Amino acid sequence: METEYAIIGGGVVGLSVAWGLLKRGLTVTVLDGDDGSFRASRGNFGLVWVQSKGMNQPRYARWSQQSAAIWAEFAEELGHNTGQPVPLEQKGGYDLHFSEATLEATVAKYNDLKTKLDGDYPFEVLGHNALRKEEPQIGPKVVGAILHHQDGHANPLKLLKSLAADVRRMGGRVLTGKTVTDVTKPDGFRLACADGTTVGAGKVVLSAGLGAAALGPKLAFRAPVRPQRGQVLITEKLPKLINRPSLIARQVDEGGIQIGATNEEVGTDDRVTQPGLSGLAAEAIAAYPALARAQLVRSWGALRVLSPDGLPIYQESAEFPGAYLVTCHSGITLAAAHARLLPDWLEATKAAPDLEVFSETRFAVS
Amino acid sequence: MKPDSPFLDLETAPRVAVSIDGAPLELPEGANLAAALLAAGVTVFRHTPVSGAPRGPFCMMGACFDCLVDIDGFTRQACMIEVSQGLRIIRPRDLGADDVDA
Amino acid sequence: MSTHDLIVIGAGPAGMATASKAADLGLTVAVLDEQPRAGGQVYRDVDRVAALRGDILGADYTQGATLTAGLHHQAIEHVPGATVWAIEDGFRVSYTRAGRGAQIAADRILLATGALERPMPLPGWTLPGVMTAGAGQILLKQSGVLAKSAALVGCGPLLYLIAAQMVRAGTPPVAMIETQTRSDLIEAARHVGGALRGWPYMLKGLKMLAEITRAKVPRYPGATEIRIEGTDTAEAVSFVHRGRAHRIACRTVFLHHGVVPNTQAARSLGVSHRWHAGQSCFAPRLDVWGQSDVTGVFIAGDGAGIGGAKAAELAGRLAALKVAEESGRLSTDERDRQAAPLRSAHARELAARPFLDRAYPPFAGALAPEDATVICRCEEVTAGDIRGHARLGCLGPNQAKAFSRAGMGPCQGRYCGLTVTSLLAAANGTSHDETGYYRIRPPLKPVTLGELATLEHSAPDTAE
Repeated sequence: METEYAIIGGGVVGLSVAWGLLKRGLTVTVLDGDDGSFRASRGNFGLVWVQSKGMNQPRYARWSQQSAAIWAEFAEELGHNTGQPVPLEQKGGYDLHFSEATLEATVAKYNDLKTKLDGDYPFEVLGHNALRKEEPQIGPKVVGAILHHQDGHANPLKLLKSLAADVRRMGGRVLTGKTVTDVTKPDGFRLACADGTTVGAGKVVLSAGLGAAALGPKLAFRAPVRPQRGQVLITEKLPKLINRPSLIARQVDEGGIQIGATNEEVGTDDRVTQPGLSGLAAEAIAAYPALARAQLVRSWGALRVLSPDGLPIYQESAEFPGAYLVTCHSGITLAAAHARLLPDWLEATKAAPDLEVFSETRFAVS
Repeated sequence: MKPDSPFLDLETAPRVAVSIDGAPLELPEGANLAAALLAAGVTVFRHTPVSGAPRGPFCMMGACFDCLVDIDGFTRQACMIEVSQGLRIIRPRDLGADDVDA
Repeated sequence: MSTHDLIVIGAGPAGMATASKAADLGLTVAVLDEQPRAGGQVYRDVDRVAALRGDILGADYTQGATLTAGLHHQAIEHVPGATVWAIEDGFRVSYTRAGRGAQIAADRILLATGALERPMPLPGWTLPGVMTAGAGQILLKQSGVLAKSAALVGCGPLLYLIAAQMVRAGTPPVAMIETQTRSDLIEAARHVGGALRGWPYMLKGLKMLAEITRAKVPRYPGATEIRIEGTDTAEAVSFVHRGRAHRIACRTVFLHHGVVPNTQAARSLGVSHRWHAGQSCFAPRLDVWGQSDVTGVFIAGDGAGIGGAKAAELAGRLAALKVAEESGRLSTDERDRQAAPLRSAHARELAARPFLDRAYPPFAGALAPEDATVICRCEEVTAGDIRGHARLGCLGPNQAKAFSRAGMGPCQGRYCGLTVTSLLAAANGTSHDETGYYRIRPPLKPVTLGELATLEHSAPDTAE
């Protein structure tokens, strides 16, 4: 066998899994796409986020918390190994509200979830004045916010770069410009690429984002993932204006304000639109009026990889044991879990996390 | 007093009062702001937010964004602005530094 | 939102010629231009300046006034000072004018966005005082501002033009540090047949060289290892000429080694481009009328491939004929009849190009800069960074952008894009076409969030 693991997809999800496997001394080959591939890894919002996750599935909230809790040491190790720090800030994040009614409704849901999580859901509600003390630039239209102390944000591009560097440093083989067209299992797994490359592997991890929809059935996965467009804005670099991130805006470590994001069901059209950009700009200004003078320098549309319920899918193929589907929307938040906890599940060790609720059998037609 | 400029100015349009970093300056009315500042001996227009490196006009056609200055709280390309009475020009500095000398 | 038959972006020679021809043929035209007055870069501010400095700038400049006059047509709405930041299907064009957002629509659009200076990343090229030769010319044309102590670095006709103009104005350059070599000239001689058909250009070139020589401007052809020295501003240019190291003190440096099509707007619309080996740049794929592979999108002038002002004007008229025919204002026979003389004139204008492209090739030292040289001016990314990212698996500039931030700044990659593509192509052993280019998205130029927010929009859903 050429490699113990073949990882299909060289984004943050695939590289995080590869990194974790390499750390255990396993041999890994990553098959990555090209410059034009859809890459949520370089289009995302960069949050390492807990609040609002798993409102109907506490296990998902817990999984996000587990990852957030070990993110700092994961980032530290990557930075140490590669000499390229992965900026991370975990001093809490906001859910900003423009109406008392939505704020109260959200708080009620958070309290329910907190009970289910045995009280481990550290959030507090800030009224406008309390919020203003924390965020002097907050606008009068913001009635309050939920500050969740387990939230934070990272530099997702530096994470991607450090993973790409460290996977190679640890001896991972990364094949670029590859489109996997077929996977068979005559004995071990055999992966065929569009350019004629073939790779033999003991196990296969399908972490190809939207690519999993087409490739999944070859390994008897349903892989019910669909694209959802998010338009994102980023301003010129500015002096410190925002202290903590929110779903509306965050100030990145380089100084720009990142503003997001739309949720649009438009297939694989990843363009930006003037109405989309304008709507995001208006909301960001409502939250932080000083942003009205900021120059927008870049915008992009990226495609979320969404399952029907928005939660991750972790599934071993029933028909082809040794083939795993790993896909999620929150590849940044879950990167640490994928790097440090998921290998135990792939290797079926005693420490394997219980990921049963994330099986794709939950989407079975009943 | 006008600092020694590396440029010679052929035009003699009437001058209007503007300010740069709070200091008064007279520039030809209606002139291209970047050109007028160069002719007035201003060579460094800003320090970059990335490394604090000094920059001045490079392309003079609105493409390179090196002549960025702050006008009334907005970042603007000096080469795309015409001089008018009372213009308040602030030269952007390194985001982290307070005492960069221009 | 007002609607026209045709929107023209850019009021240089191509844009002005397209607009006036299309208006003559009965179309309603809007011309959006970033500058406060028509002319583009080549005829910048010509209506005002021709009388002031026509003697220094020459007839090739003052003749632009006939084109600007063509914009005074009742079917043409000329919108100066308009910075276009988005062009979307439909076509809906969003632009900023006097700090306010506005939109305009048309079924067809012609991009006449002209050329940019080819990026010339040399050590020290980001220092204040270092500018493009085009910038030097704009300073002279529009503002009457002349560099008292400038070194000219690079190669090509524009470098000689600005040198000759500086001589005429009484401020000759302190030196011409030229990058073309004798073997470039020998190689170019193979194309001299074509060049002879373009003899008026060759004559002008020789006349300019004679002016420069008479003024005793020192020339250093075949210079290598060029670097600009200085701490807060440019102080000197150092280089090697015929095996000897030189250092020439100066306060201004004008760089030039050719111009390249400004493809930002076309790329944002998804127009396909291909590598033009002869001109070492990407150019849009167009048919003989300047129509791109995106229906309704036409491109004329240097943005379609470098041809100069006269060729731009002719290409603009050809495109206008096609647009008029498609809009039912002209039969195909009449279109073709009118096109024939324009086509032969266009071919004559381009005849000298292969010779010039060969005689003055881009400077190798700037196409493959040393590792420490900054290649992305906005984000201060070096050539070595890009080479390192090729080793991390970056096959193309969009991956390299994510890893390095090259191309993420306000200039949107205008002054690093070609360098990044070339560096990756060299590092990966791929062609320029395989390597590709940045994906260009709105905003084409920065726009304030406040202005964006005033335009029509739907409320965003903030659910993650």
